[in-house]
Amino acid sequence: MSEPPGAVVSLVDAPAAEPPSRPLTAQRVLPLRRPGRWAVTAVVVVLVAQIVHGLATNPFYQWDRFRYWFLRPTILDGLGITLEVAALSAVLGLLGGIVLALGRLSGSPVLRAVSWTYTWLFRSVPLIVVLIFLYNFSALYKTVSLGIPFGPSFISFDESKLATDMAVAVVGLSLNEAAYAAEVVRGGILSVDQGQHEAASALGLPGGYQFTRIVFPQALRSITPNYVNQLIGLIKSTSLVFYVSLLDLFGSVQSMGSTYPGDIVPLLLVATVWYLILTSVVSVVQFYVERYFARGATRTLPPTPLQKARAALADLRTRLRREAAV
Amino acid sequence: MTATAPALDKTAPAAVEVHDVHKWYGAHRVLDGIDLTVRPGEVTVILGPSGSGKSTLLRVINHLEKPEIGYVSVNGELIGVKRQGERLKELSERAILAQRSHIGFVFQNFNLFPHLTVLDNVAAAPVATGRLAKPEALRLARDLLDRVGLADKADAYPRQLSGGQQQRVAIARALALRPGIILFDEPTSALDPELVGEVLSVIKDLATSGTTLVIVTHEIGFAREVADRVVFIDAGRIVEQGPPHEVLDRPRHERTRDFLSKVL
Repeated sequence: MSEPPGAVVSLVDAPAAEPPSRPLTAQRVLPLRRPGRWAVTAVVVVLVAQIVHGLATNPFYQWDRFRYWFLRPTILDGLGITLEVAALSAVLGLLGGIVLALGRLSGSPVLRAVSWTYTWLFRSVPLIVVLIFLYNFSALYKTVSLGIPFGPSFISFDESKLATDMAVAVVGLSLNEAAYAAEVVRGGILSVDQGQHEAASALGLPGGYQFTRIVFPQALRSITPNYVNQLIGLIKSTSLVFYVSLLDLFGSVQSMGSTYPGDIVPLLLVATVWYLILTSVVSVVQFYVERYFARGATRTLPPTPLQKARAALADLRTRLRREAAV
Repeated sequence: MTATAPALDKTAPAAVEVHDVHKWYGAHRVLDGIDLTVRPGEVTVILGPSGSGKSTLLRVINHLEKPEIGYVSVNGELIGVKRQGERLKELSERAILAQRSHIGFVFQNFNLFPHLTVLDNVAAAPVATGRLAKPEALRLARDLLDRVGLADKADAYPRQLSGGQQQRVAIARALALRPGIILFDEPTSALDPELVGEVLSVIKDLATSGTTLVIVTHEIGFAREVADRVVFIDAGRIVEQGPPHEVLDRPRHERTRDFLSKVL
Protein backbone atom coordinates (compact mmCIF):
# COMPACT_ATOMS: atom_id res chain seq x y z
CA MET A 1 0.00 0.00 0.00
CA SER A 2 1.84 3.04 -1.21
CA GLU A 3 -1.02 5.40 -1.94
CA PRO A 4 -0.42 9.12 -2.02
CA PRO A 5 -1.69 10.99 1.02
CA GLY A 6 -4.58 12.54 -0.94
CA ALA A 7 -6.08 9.20 -2.06
CA VAL A 8 -8.48 8.83 0.87
CA VAL A 9 -10.30 12.05 0.05
CA SER A 10 -10.84 10.94 -3.55
CA LEU A 11 -13.01 8.07 -2.26
CA VAL A 12 -15.68 10.63 -1.40
CA ASP A 13 -17.77 11.64 -4.38
CA ALA A 14 -17.25 15.33 -3.73
CA PRO A 15 -15.27 17.86 -5.74
CA ALA A 16 -11.82 18.44 -4.30
CA ALA A 17 -12.55 22.15 -4.00
CA GLU A 18 -15.28 21.46 -1.45
CA PRO A 19 -13.68 19.26 1.25
CA PRO A 20 -16.08 17.23 3.43
CA SER A 21 -17.10 19.09 6.56
CA ARG A 22 -16.72 15.95 8.65
CA PRO A 23 -14.10 13.20 8.69
CA LEU A 24 -15.07 10.19 6.52
CA THR A 25 -15.71 7.90 9.50
CA ALA A 26 -18.40 10.22 10.92
CA GLN A 27 -20.47 10.20 7.74
CA ARG A 28 -23.45 7.98 7.06
CA VAL A 29 -23.30 5.58 4.14
CA LEU A 30 -25.95 6.62 1.60
CA PRO A 31 -28.32 3.67 0.96
CA LEU A 32 -28.54 2.35 -2.62
CA ARG A 33 -31.52 3.73 -4.61
CA ARG A 34 -33.74 1.04 -6.12
CA PRO A 35 -36.02 2.69 -8.73
CA GLY A 36 -37.07 -0.65 -10.29
CA ARG A 37 -38.39 -1.92 -6.98
CA TRP A 38 -40.36 1.29 -6.43
CA ALA A 39 -41.97 1.01 -9.87
CA VAL A 40 -43.04 -2.63 -9.36
CA THR A 41 -44.39 -1.78 -5.90
CA ALA A 42 -46.50 1.04 -7.34
CA VAL A 43 -48.01 -1.27 -9.98
CA VAL A 44 -48.86 -3.93 -7.38
CA VAL A 45 -50.45 -1.34 -5.05
CA VAL A 46 -52.68 -0.12 -7.85
CA LEU A 47 -53.74 -3.68 -8.76
CA VAL A 48 -54.53 -4.56 -5.14
CA ALA A 49 -56.52 -1.34 -4.73
CA GLN A 50 -58.54 -2.21 -7.83
CA ILE A 51 -59.37 -5.67 -6.52
CA VAL A 52 -60.42 -4.34 -3.10
CA HIS A 53 -62.48 -1.60 -4.73
CA GLY A 54 -64.16 -4.14 -6.98
CA LEU A 55 -64.96 -6.44 -4.04
CA ALA A 56 -66.47 -3.56 -2.09
CA THR A 57 -68.48 -1.85 -4.81
CA ASN A 58 -69.51 -4.55 -7.33
CA PRO A 59 -73.25 -5.13 -6.62
CA PHE A 60 -72.80 -8.71 -7.87
CA TYR A 61 -71.37 -9.67 -4.45
CA GLN A 62 -74.49 -8.45 -2.60
CA TRP A 63 -72.75 -7.61 0.68
CA ASP A 64 -76.10 -6.81 2.34
CA ARG A 65 -77.21 -10.44 1.73
CA PHE A 66 -73.78 -11.58 2.98
CA ARG A 67 -74.48 -9.72 6.25
CA TYR A 68 -77.93 -11.31 6.40
CA TRP A 69 -76.58 -14.88 5.98
CA PHE A 70 -73.29 -14.69 7.86
CA LEU A 71 -74.67 -15.49 11.34
CA ARG A 72 -77.93 -17.25 10.36
CA PRO A 73 -78.63 -20.31 12.62
CA THR A 74 -78.61 -22.71 9.61
CA ILE A 75 -75.13 -21.50 8.69
CA LEU A 76 -73.90 -21.67 12.30
CA ASP A 77 -75.35 -25.19 12.69
CA GLY A 78 -73.42 -26.19 9.56
CA LEU A 79 -70.30 -24.56 10.95
CA GLY A 80 -70.78 -26.57 14.16
CA ILE A 81 -70.94 -29.81 12.16
CA THR A 82 -67.84 -28.84 10.18
CA LEU A 83 -65.96 -28.15 13.42
CA GLU A 84 -67.13 -31.39 15.01
CA VAL A 85 -66.22 -33.56 12.03
CA ALA A 86 -62.86 -31.80 11.57
CA ALA A 87 -61.92 -31.98 15.27
CA LEU A 88 -62.85 -35.65 15.68
CA SER A 89 -61.11 -36.69 12.45
CA ALA A 90 -58.02 -34.63 13.28
CA VAL A 91 -57.60 -36.37 16.65
CA LEU A 92 -58.50 -39.88 15.43
CA GLY A 93 -56.43 -39.40 12.27
CA LEU A 94 -53.36 -38.33 14.24
CA LEU A 95 -53.70 -41.22 16.69
CA GLY A 96 -54.10 -43.64 13.77
CA GLY A 97 -51.12 -41.99 12.09
CA ILE A 98 -48.93 -42.51 15.16
CA VAL A 99 -49.89 -46.19 15.31
CA LEU A 100 -49.23 -46.62 11.57
CA ALA A 101 -45.89 -44.78 11.81
CA LEU A 102 -44.79 -47.04 14.68
CA GLY A 103 -45.85 -50.00 12.53
CA ARG A 104 -43.73 -48.73 9.64
CA LEU A 105 -40.73 -48.35 11.97
CA SER A 106 -41.26 -51.66 13.78
CA GLY A 107 -38.94 -54.65 13.58
CA SER A 108 -41.72 -56.96 12.37
CA PRO A 109 -41.87 -57.26 8.57
CA VAL A 110 -45.60 -58.07 8.76
CA LEU A 111 -46.42 -54.88 10.70
CA ARG A 112 -44.25 -52.87 8.30
CA ALA A 113 -46.03 -54.36 5.28
CA VAL A 114 -49.52 -53.84 6.74
CA SER A 115 -48.79 -50.18 7.57
CA TRP A 116 -47.28 -49.58 4.17
CA THR A 117 -50.24 -51.18 2.40
CA TYR A 118 -52.74 -49.16 4.43
CA THR A 119 -50.97 -45.91 3.59
CA TRP A 120 -50.67 -46.89 -0.05
CA LEU A 121 -54.37 -47.80 -0.28
CA PHE A 122 -55.84 -44.74 1.43
CA ARG A 123 -53.51 -42.33 -0.31
CA SER A 124 -54.54 -43.80 -3.65
CA VAL A 125 -58.33 -43.82 -3.24
CA PRO A 126 -60.05 -40.41 -3.47
CA LEU A 127 -61.70 -39.36 -0.21
CA ILE A 128 -65.08 -38.97 -1.89
CA VAL A 129 -64.94 -42.63 -2.99
CA VAL A 130 -64.08 -43.74 0.56
CA LEU A 131 -67.00 -41.71 1.96
CA ILE A 132 -69.58 -43.04 -0.48
CA PHE A 133 -68.21 -46.56 -0.02
CA LEU A 134 -68.73 -46.26 3.75
CA TYR A 135 -72.15 -44.76 3.18
CA ASN A 136 -73.13 -47.99 1.43
CA PHE A 137 -71.21 -50.13 3.90
CA SER A 138 -74.34 -51.52 5.57
CA ALA A 139 -75.18 -53.20 2.28
CA LEU A 140 -71.84 -55.05 2.37
CA TYR A 141 -71.79 -56.06 6.02
CA LYS A 142 -75.20 -56.35 7.66
CA THR A 143 -73.86 -56.75 11.20
CA VAL A 144 -70.68 -55.89 13.05
CA SER A 145 -69.76 -58.29 15.86
CA LEU A 146 -67.14 -58.64 18.56
CA GLY A 147 -65.77 -62.11 19.20
CA ILE A 148 -63.01 -64.60 18.41
CA PRO A 149 -61.72 -64.11 14.86
CA PHE A 150 -63.36 -66.65 12.54
CA GLY A 151 -65.03 -68.11 15.70
CA PRO A 152 -68.14 -67.40 17.73
CA SER A 153 -69.18 -63.80 18.33
CA PHE A 154 -70.14 -62.31 21.68
CA ILE A 155 -71.92 -59.11 20.78
CA SER A 156 -73.25 -58.04 17.43
CA PHE A 157 -74.61 -54.73 16.21
CA ASP A 158 -76.95 -53.91 13.43
CA GLU A 159 -74.72 -51.93 11.12
CA SER A 160 -77.43 -49.62 9.86
CA LYS A 161 -78.09 -48.41 13.43
CA LEU A 162 -74.39 -48.04 14.28
CA ALA A 163 -73.40 -46.00 11.26
CA THR A 164 -75.02 -42.59 11.55
CA ASP A 165 -74.15 -40.06 8.88
CA MET A 166 -71.84 -38.38 11.38
CA ALA A 167 -70.05 -41.67 12.10
CA VAL A 168 -69.62 -42.38 8.38
CA ALA A 169 -68.15 -38.91 7.85
CA VAL A 170 -65.77 -39.09 10.82
CA VAL A 171 -64.64 -42.65 10.05
CA GLY A 172 -64.09 -41.85 6.38
CA LEU A 173 -62.10 -38.70 7.05
CA SER A 174 -60.10 -40.36 9.85
CA LEU A 175 -59.17 -43.35 7.70
CA ASN A 176 -57.95 -40.99 5.00
CA GLU A 177 -56.26 -38.60 7.43
CA ALA A 178 -54.41 -41.42 9.24
CA ALA A 179 -52.67 -42.45 6.01
CA TYR A 180 -51.22 -38.96 5.52
CA ALA A 181 -50.58 -38.39 9.23
CA ALA A 182 -48.60 -41.66 9.32
CA GLU A 183 -46.06 -40.26 6.87
CA VAL A 184 -45.90 -36.93 8.70
CA VAL A 185 -45.30 -38.68 12.05
CA ARG A 186 -42.78 -41.10 10.54
CA GLY A 187 -40.86 -38.21 9.02
CA GLY A 188 -40.84 -36.48 12.40
CA ILE A 189 -39.53 -39.54 14.21
CA LEU A 190 -36.82 -40.08 11.59
CA SER A 191 -35.72 -36.46 12.00
CA VAL A 192 -34.68 -37.10 15.62
CA ASP A 193 -30.93 -37.70 15.84
CA GLN A 194 -29.87 -41.33 16.26
CA GLY A 195 -27.72 -40.21 19.20
CA GLN A 196 -30.89 -39.44 21.15
CA HIS A 197 -32.08 -43.04 20.84
CA GLU A 198 -28.62 -44.25 21.87
CA ALA A 199 -28.38 -41.92 24.86
CA ALA A 200 -31.86 -42.90 26.08
CA SER A 201 -31.01 -46.53 25.61
CA ALA A 202 -27.57 -46.23 27.28
CA LEU A 203 -29.22 -44.68 30.33
CA GLY A 204 -31.53 -47.70 30.49
CA LEU A 205 -34.68 -45.58 30.18
CA PRO A 206 -37.73 -47.86 29.73
CA GLY A 207 -38.95 -48.23 26.12
CA GLY A 208 -42.25 -46.37 26.58
CA TYR A 209 -40.51 -43.51 28.35
CA GLN A 210 -37.93 -43.27 25.56
CA PHE A 211 -40.68 -42.77 23.00
CA THR A 212 -43.09 -40.54 24.91
CA ARG A 213 -40.58 -38.33 26.74
CA ILE A 214 -37.42 -38.27 24.64
CA VAL A 215 -38.07 -39.09 20.97
CA PHE A 216 -41.67 -37.98 20.34
CA PRO A 217 -41.42 -34.50 21.93
CA GLN A 218 -38.44 -33.80 19.68
CA ALA A 219 -40.24 -35.26 16.66
CA LEU A 220 -43.21 -32.96 17.33
CA ARG A 221 -41.11 -29.98 16.35
CA SER A 222 -41.00 -31.12 12.74
CA ILE A 223 -44.39 -32.87 12.87
CA THR A 224 -46.26 -29.66 13.80
CA PRO A 225 -45.89 -27.61 10.59
CA ASN A 226 -46.52 -30.63 8.39
CA TYR A 227 -49.51 -31.78 10.40
CA VAL A 228 -51.05 -28.30 10.43
CA ASN A 229 -50.78 -28.37 6.65
CA GLN A 230 -52.70 -31.65 6.76
CA LEU A 231 -55.19 -30.17 9.20
CA ILE A 232 -56.00 -27.24 6.91
CA GLY A 233 -56.51 -29.71 4.06
CA LEU A 234 -58.77 -31.71 6.37
CA ILE A 235 -60.91 -28.68 7.28
CA LYS A 236 -61.52 -28.10 3.61
CA SER A 237 -62.12 -31.81 2.93
CA THR A 238 -64.99 -31.75 5.41
CA SER A 239 -66.97 -30.02 2.65
CA LEU A 240 -67.19 -33.47 1.01
CA VAL A 241 -69.37 -34.86 3.81
CA PHE A 242 -72.23 -33.07 2.08
CA TYR A 243 -72.27 -36.13 -0.19
CA VAL A 244 -73.08 -38.45 2.72
CA SER A 245 -76.09 -36.23 3.52
CA LEU A 246 -74.47 -34.33 6.38
CA LEU A 247 -75.24 -30.60 6.41
CA ASP A 248 -71.88 -29.05 7.25
CA LEU A 249 -70.95 -25.43 6.48
CA PHE A 250 -70.70 -26.09 2.74
CA GLY A 251 -73.79 -28.35 2.87
CA SER A 252 -75.96 -25.65 4.46
CA VAL A 253 -74.69 -23.09 1.97
CA GLN A 254 -75.54 -25.49 -0.89
CA SER A 255 -79.05 -26.22 0.40
CA MET A 256 -79.78 -22.55 1.15
CA GLY A 257 -78.44 -21.71 -2.31
CA SER A 258 -80.89 -24.07 -3.97
CA THR A 259 -83.77 -22.60 -1.96
CA TYR A 260 -82.70 -18.97 -2.63
CA PRO A 261 -80.94 -19.14 -6.02
CA GLY A 262 -80.47 -15.36 -6.10
CA ASP A 263 -78.29 -15.52 -3.00
CA ILE A 264 -75.81 -18.10 -4.23
CA VAL A 265 -72.89 -15.65 -4.49
CA PRO A 266 -73.24 -14.08 -1.02
CA LEU A 267 -73.73 -17.61 0.41
CA LEU A 268 -70.48 -18.80 -1.19
CA LEU A 269 -68.80 -15.71 0.27
CA VAL A 270 -70.16 -16.64 3.70
CA ALA A 271 -68.60 -20.11 3.38
CA THR A 272 -65.33 -18.62 2.08
CA VAL A 273 -65.04 -16.18 4.98
CA TRP A 274 -65.78 -18.87 7.57
CA TYR A 275 -63.16 -21.20 6.06
CA LEU A 276 -60.70 -18.28 6.10
CA ILE A 277 -61.44 -17.67 9.78
CA LEU A 278 -60.96 -21.36 10.67
CA THR A 279 -57.64 -21.52 8.80
CA SER A 280 -56.45 -18.31 10.45
CA VAL A 281 -57.25 -19.59 13.93
CA VAL A 282 -55.33 -22.79 13.16
CA SER A 283 -52.35 -20.76 11.90
CA VAL A 284 -52.24 -18.65 15.07
CA VAL A 285 -52.40 -21.76 17.24
CA GLN A 286 -49.64 -23.29 15.07
CA PHE A 287 -47.32 -20.34 15.81
CA TYR A 288 -47.61 -20.80 19.56
CA VAL A 289 -47.39 -24.60 19.43
CA GLU A 290 -44.22 -24.37 17.32
CA ARG A 291 -42.81 -21.80 19.70
CA TYR A 292 -43.50 -24.18 22.61
CA PHE A 293 -41.69 -27.08 20.93
CA ALA A 294 -38.76 -24.83 19.99
CA ARG A 295 -37.67 -24.76 23.64
CA GLY A 296 -34.11 -26.01 23.70
CA ALA A 297 -33.95 -26.47 19.92
CA THR A 298 -32.99 -22.84 19.36
CA ARG A 299 -30.92 -20.74 21.71
CA THR A 300 -33.58 -18.03 21.82
CA LEU A 301 -37.29 -18.49 21.13
CA PRO A 302 -38.81 -16.78 18.07
CA PRO A 303 -40.53 -13.53 19.17
CA THR A 304 -44.32 -13.33 19.45
CA PRO A 305 -46.03 -10.65 17.26
CA LEU A 306 -46.30 -8.40 20.34
CA GLN A 307 -42.58 -8.75 21.08
CA LYS A 308 -41.83 -8.10 17.41
CA ALA A 309 -43.92 -4.91 17.43
CA ARG A 310 -42.19 -3.72 20.60
CA ALA A 311 -38.75 -4.41 19.14
CA ALA A 312 -39.66 -2.57 15.91
CA LEU A 313 -40.84 0.43 17.94
CA ALA A 314 -37.64 0.51 19.98
CA ASP A 315 -35.61 0.20 16.77
CA LEU A 316 -37.49 3.11 15.17
CA ARG A 317 -36.91 5.23 18.25
CA THR A 318 -33.13 4.70 18.26
CA ARG A 319 -32.99 5.36 14.52
CA LEU A 320 -34.87 8.64 14.91
CA ARG A 321 -32.59 9.62 17.76
CA ARG A 322 -29.50 8.85 15.69
CA GLU A 323 -30.99 10.76 12.75
CA ALA A 324 -31.55 13.76 14.98
CA ALA A 325 -27.98 13.57 16.27
CA VAL A 326 -26.38 13.53 12.78
CA MET B 1 -5.27 -63.88 30.02
CA THR B 2 -3.91 -60.50 30.94
CA ALA B 3 -0.49 -61.12 32.36
CA THR B 4 0.38 -57.44 32.51
CA ALA B 5 -2.78 -56.38 34.41
CA PRO B 6 -1.94 -54.57 37.63
CA ALA B 7 -2.57 -56.56 40.79
CA LEU B 8 -5.35 -54.62 42.48
CA ASP B 9 -7.93 -56.86 44.11
CA LYS B 10 -7.60 -60.39 42.76
CA THR B 11 -10.42 -61.80 44.88
CA ALA B 12 -13.30 -59.57 43.72
CA PRO B 13 -14.97 -60.45 40.39
CA ALA B 14 -13.66 -58.44 37.48
CA ALA B 15 -15.51 -55.14 36.97
CA VAL B 16 -15.54 -55.87 33.25
CA GLU B 17 -14.64 -59.08 31.53
CA VAL B 18 -14.62 -59.23 27.76
CA HIS B 19 -14.25 -62.79 26.57
CA ASP B 20 -13.16 -63.63 23.02
CA VAL B 21 -15.48 -61.06 21.41
CA HIS B 22 -15.89 -60.99 17.62
CA LYS B 23 -18.00 -58.48 15.74
CA TRP B 24 -18.61 -57.96 12.03
CA TYR B 25 -20.29 -55.20 10.06
CA GLY B 26 -21.20 -57.11 6.93
CA ALA B 27 -17.94 -58.54 5.66
CA HIS B 28 -15.85 -56.08 7.68
CA ARG B 29 -14.35 -57.58 10.84
CA VAL B 30 -14.42 -54.86 13.53
CA LEU B 31 -13.51 -56.90 16.59
CA ASP B 32 -11.40 -59.97 16.07
CA GLY B 33 -11.19 -61.92 19.30
CA ILE B 34 -10.86 -59.39 22.13
CA ASP B 35 -10.05 -60.57 25.66
CA LEU B 36 -9.93 -57.89 28.32
CA THR B 37 -10.27 -57.85 32.09
CA VAL B 38 -10.80 -54.66 34.07
CA ARG B 39 -10.44 -54.85 37.86
CA PRO B 40 -12.76 -52.88 40.17
CA GLY B 41 -11.55 -49.31 40.66
CA GLU B 42 -9.12 -49.57 37.77
CA VAL B 43 -8.80 -46.80 35.17
CA THR B 44 -8.25 -48.29 31.71
CA VAL B 45 -7.44 -46.15 28.70
CA ILE B 46 -7.97 -47.64 25.24
CA LEU B 47 -5.82 -46.21 22.45
CA GLY B 48 -5.73 -47.02 18.77
CA PRO B 49 -6.00 -45.57 15.28
CA SER B 50 -9.46 -44.62 14.01
CA GLY B 51 -11.38 -47.59 12.72
CA SER B 52 -9.44 -49.95 14.98
CA GLY B 53 -12.60 -50.96 16.88
CA LYS B 54 -12.09 -49.02 20.15
CA SER B 55 -15.54 -47.42 20.15
CA THR B 56 -17.19 -50.67 19.10
CA LEU B 57 -15.48 -52.47 21.99
CA LEU B 58 -16.83 -49.85 24.40
CA ARG B 59 -20.33 -50.16 22.92
CA VAL B 60 -20.19 -53.94 23.19
CA ILE B 61 -19.56 -53.59 26.94
CA ASN B 62 -22.98 -51.97 27.54
CA HIS B 63 -24.60 -53.95 24.71
CA LEU B 64 -25.31 -51.00 22.41
CA GLU B 65 -23.68 -53.39 19.94
CA LYS B 66 -24.20 -57.16 20.08
CA PRO B 67 -21.11 -59.33 19.69
CA GLU B 68 -21.45 -62.10 17.10
CA ILE B 69 -19.22 -64.42 19.11
CA GLY B 70 -18.09 -64.16 22.72
CA TYR B 71 -19.58 -62.46 25.75
CA VAL B 72 -19.11 -59.61 28.18
CA SER B 73 -19.73 -59.61 31.90
CA VAL B 74 -19.84 -56.70 34.28
CA ASN B 75 -19.31 -57.39 38.00
CA GLY B 76 -19.73 -61.08 37.26
CA GLU B 77 -23.09 -60.66 35.49
CA LEU B 78 -23.43 -61.52 31.79
CA ILE B 79 -24.52 -58.51 29.71
CA GLY B 80 -27.33 -58.83 27.18
CA VAL B 81 -27.48 -62.60 27.44
CA LYS B 82 -28.12 -65.35 29.96
CA ARG B 83 -26.68 -68.81 30.27
CA GLN B 84 -29.15 -71.53 29.36
CA GLY B 85 -27.54 -74.93 29.68
CA GLU B 86 -24.59 -74.87 27.31
CA ARG B 87 -25.86 -71.92 25.32
CA LEU B 88 -26.22 -68.15 25.60
CA LYS B 89 -29.71 -66.75 25.11
CA GLU B 90 -30.55 -63.14 24.34
CA LEU B 91 -32.15 -61.21 27.21
CA SER B 92 -35.38 -59.25 26.89
CA GLU B 93 -35.18 -55.57 25.95
CA ARG B 94 -36.37 -54.63 29.42
CA ALA B 95 -33.69 -56.71 31.17
CA ILE B 96 -30.95 -55.24 28.97
CA LEU B 97 -32.16 -51.70 29.74
CA ALA B 98 -32.06 -52.55 33.46
CA GLN B 99 -28.45 -53.78 33.10
CA ARG B 100 -27.43 -50.65 31.20
CA SER B 101 -28.72 -48.44 33.99
CA HIS B 102 -25.79 -49.73 36.10
CA ILE B 103 -23.21 -48.86 33.45
CA GLY B 104 -22.56 -45.18 32.76
CA PHE B 105 -21.83 -44.14 29.18
CA VAL B 106 -20.50 -40.78 28.01
CA PHE B 107 -20.68 -40.03 24.28
CA GLN B 108 -18.32 -38.11 22.04
CA ASN B 109 -21.20 -35.84 20.93
CA PHE B 110 -22.71 -35.55 24.44
CA ASN B 111 -26.21 -36.52 23.19
CA LEU B 112 -27.93 -34.47 25.86
CA PHE B 113 -31.71 -34.22 25.48
CA PRO B 114 -32.09 -30.77 23.87
CA HIS B 115 -35.75 -30.28 24.86
CA LEU B 116 -35.07 -30.76 28.59
CA THR B 117 -33.31 -28.34 30.91
CA VAL B 118 -29.88 -29.27 32.23
CA LEU B 119 -31.44 -30.20 35.57
CA ASP B 120 -34.07 -32.45 33.94
CA ASN B 121 -31.41 -34.09 31.77
CA VAL B 122 -29.62 -35.21 34.92
CA ALA B 123 -32.74 -36.07 36.94
CA ALA B 124 -34.60 -37.97 34.17
CA ALA B 125 -32.99 -41.40 34.42
CA PRO B 126 -33.30 -42.00 38.21
CA VAL B 127 -37.01 -41.07 37.99
CA ALA B 128 -37.74 -43.01 34.77
CA THR B 129 -36.09 -46.16 36.11
CA GLY B 130 -38.11 -45.86 39.31
CA ARG B 131 -35.12 -45.54 41.63
CA LEU B 132 -35.86 -42.12 43.06
CA ALA B 133 -38.92 -39.95 43.57
CA LYS B 134 -38.87 -36.71 41.60
CA PRO B 135 -37.88 -34.36 44.50
CA GLU B 136 -34.99 -36.62 45.56
CA ALA B 137 -33.83 -36.95 41.95
CA LEU B 138 -33.83 -33.17 41.57
CA ARG B 139 -31.82 -32.80 44.77
CA LEU B 140 -29.32 -35.41 43.55
CA ALA B 141 -29.14 -33.67 40.16
CA ARG B 142 -28.33 -30.33 41.83
CA ASP B 143 -25.58 -31.99 43.89
CA LEU B 144 -24.07 -33.59 40.79
CA LEU B 145 -24.21 -30.34 38.79
CA ASP B 146 -22.44 -28.67 41.68
CA ARG B 147 -19.81 -31.41 41.56
CA VAL B 148 -19.08 -30.78 37.87
CA GLY B 149 -19.08 -27.02 38.51
CA LEU B 150 -22.35 -26.18 36.73
CA ALA B 151 -24.76 -25.49 39.60
CA ASP B 152 -25.64 -22.13 38.05
CA LYS B 153 -26.65 -23.71 34.70
CA ALA B 154 -29.42 -25.96 36.09
CA ASP B 155 -32.23 -24.13 34.29
CA ALA B 156 -30.41 -23.60 30.97
CA TYR B 157 -31.07 -25.74 27.92
CA PRO B 158 -28.13 -27.80 26.60
CA ARG B 159 -27.72 -25.78 23.39
CA GLN B 160 -27.16 -22.65 25.45
CA LEU B 161 -23.97 -24.20 26.88
CA SER B 162 -20.45 -24.57 25.50
CA GLY B 163 -19.26 -28.00 24.41
CA GLY B 164 -17.19 -28.46 27.55
CA GLN B 165 -20.14 -27.57 29.76
CA GLN B 166 -22.40 -29.94 27.81
CA GLN B 167 -19.96 -32.78 28.29
CA ARG B 168 -19.78 -32.08 32.04
CA VAL B 169 -23.60 -32.22 32.15
CA ALA B 170 -23.44 -35.53 30.28
CA ILE B 171 -21.04 -36.86 32.93
CA ALA B 172 -23.39 -35.69 35.70
CA ARG B 173 -26.25 -37.41 33.86
CA ALA B 174 -24.29 -40.68 33.79
CA LEU B 175 -23.42 -40.31 37.49
CA ALA B 176 -27.09 -39.83 38.46
CA LEU B 177 -27.62 -43.60 38.17
CA ARG B 178 -24.67 -44.17 40.57
CA PRO B 179 -22.97 -46.61 38.18
CA GLY B 180 -20.09 -48.73 39.44
CA ILE B 181 -18.42 -48.34 36.05
CA ILE B 182 -18.41 -45.55 33.50
CA LEU B 183 -17.45 -45.88 29.84
CA PHE B 184 -16.16 -42.78 28.01
CA ASP B 185 -16.22 -42.76 24.21
CA GLU B 186 -13.73 -40.08 23.12
CA PRO B 187 -15.21 -37.56 25.59
CA THR B 188 -13.04 -34.65 24.43
CA SER B 189 -12.81 -35.27 20.68
CA ALA B 190 -15.67 -32.88 19.81
CA LEU B 191 -14.31 -30.05 21.96
CA ASP B 192 -12.24 -26.96 21.25
CA PRO B 193 -8.71 -27.45 22.63
CA GLU B 194 -9.24 -24.85 25.37
CA LEU B 195 -12.34 -26.70 26.64
CA VAL B 196 -10.68 -30.11 26.87
CA GLY B 197 -9.09 -29.37 30.24
CA GLU B 198 -12.33 -28.75 32.15
CA VAL B 199 -13.74 -32.12 31.05
CA LEU B 200 -10.52 -34.02 31.74
CA SER B 201 -10.32 -32.56 35.25
CA VAL B 202 -13.84 -33.85 36.02
CA ILE B 203 -12.82 -37.31 34.76
CA LYS B 204 -9.64 -37.11 36.83
CA ASP B 205 -11.73 -36.49 39.97
CA LEU B 206 -13.77 -39.59 39.16
CA ALA B 207 -10.59 -41.62 38.63
CA THR B 208 -9.43 -40.86 42.17
CA SER B 209 -12.88 -41.59 43.65
CA GLY B 210 -12.58 -45.33 43.04
CA THR B 211 -15.10 -45.64 40.18
CA THR B 212 -14.06 -48.08 37.48
CA LEU B 213 -13.44 -46.15 34.26
CA VAL B 214 -12.85 -47.33 30.71
CA ILE B 215 -11.85 -44.42 28.50
CA VAL B 216 -11.35 -44.31 24.74
CA THR B 217 -9.30 -41.20 24.02
CA HIS B 218 -6.57 -39.64 21.94
CA GLU B 219 -5.22 -37.58 24.87
CA ILE B 220 -1.93 -39.38 25.47
CA GLY B 221 -0.85 -36.98 28.23
CA PHE B 222 -4.09 -37.59 30.07
CA ALA B 223 -3.67 -41.37 29.66
CA ARG B 224 -0.20 -41.17 31.19
CA GLU B 225 -1.56 -39.20 34.13
CA VAL B 226 -4.71 -41.13 35.11
CA ALA B 227 -4.52 -44.59 33.57
CA ASP B 228 -3.68 -47.65 35.63
CA ARG B 229 -3.46 -49.49 32.36
CA VAL B 230 -3.23 -48.59 28.71
CA VAL B 231 -4.62 -50.95 26.07
CA PHE B 232 -3.54 -50.47 22.46
CA ILE B 233 -5.91 -51.82 19.81
CA ASP B 234 -5.38 -52.17 16.08
CA ALA B 235 -7.56 -53.87 13.46
CA GLY B 236 -9.91 -55.31 16.08
CA ARG B 237 -7.19 -56.94 18.17
CA ILE B 238 -5.37 -55.97 21.35
CA VAL B 239 -1.79 -55.38 20.29
CA GLU B 240 -0.41 -54.72 23.73
CA GLN B 241 -1.45 -53.57 27.18
CA GLY B 242 0.19 -52.61 30.44
CA PRO B 243 0.93 -49.69 32.77
CA PRO B 244 1.26 -46.35 30.92
CA HIS B 245 5.00 -46.05 31.50
CA GLU B 246 5.53 -49.35 29.71
CA VAL B 247 3.11 -49.04 26.80
CA LEU B 248 3.59 -45.32 26.19
CA ASP B 249 7.32 -45.01 26.89
CA ARG B 250 8.70 -48.43 25.96
CA PRO B 251 6.21 -49.97 23.51
CA ARG B 252 7.23 -53.47 22.53
CA HIS B 253 5.33 -53.63 19.24
CA GLU B 254 6.22 -51.87 16.04
CA ARG B 255 2.53 -50.94 15.44
CA THR B 256 2.27 -49.22 18.84
CA ARG B 257 5.54 -47.32 18.29
CA ASP B 258 4.30 -46.22 14.89
CA PHE B 259 0.95 -44.98 16.28
CA LEU B 260 2.57 -43.15 19.21
CA SER B 261 5.09 -41.44 16.97
CA LYS B 262 2.17 -40.00 14.97
CA VAL B 263 0.01 -38.77 17.84
CA LEU B 264 2.73 -37.50 20.18
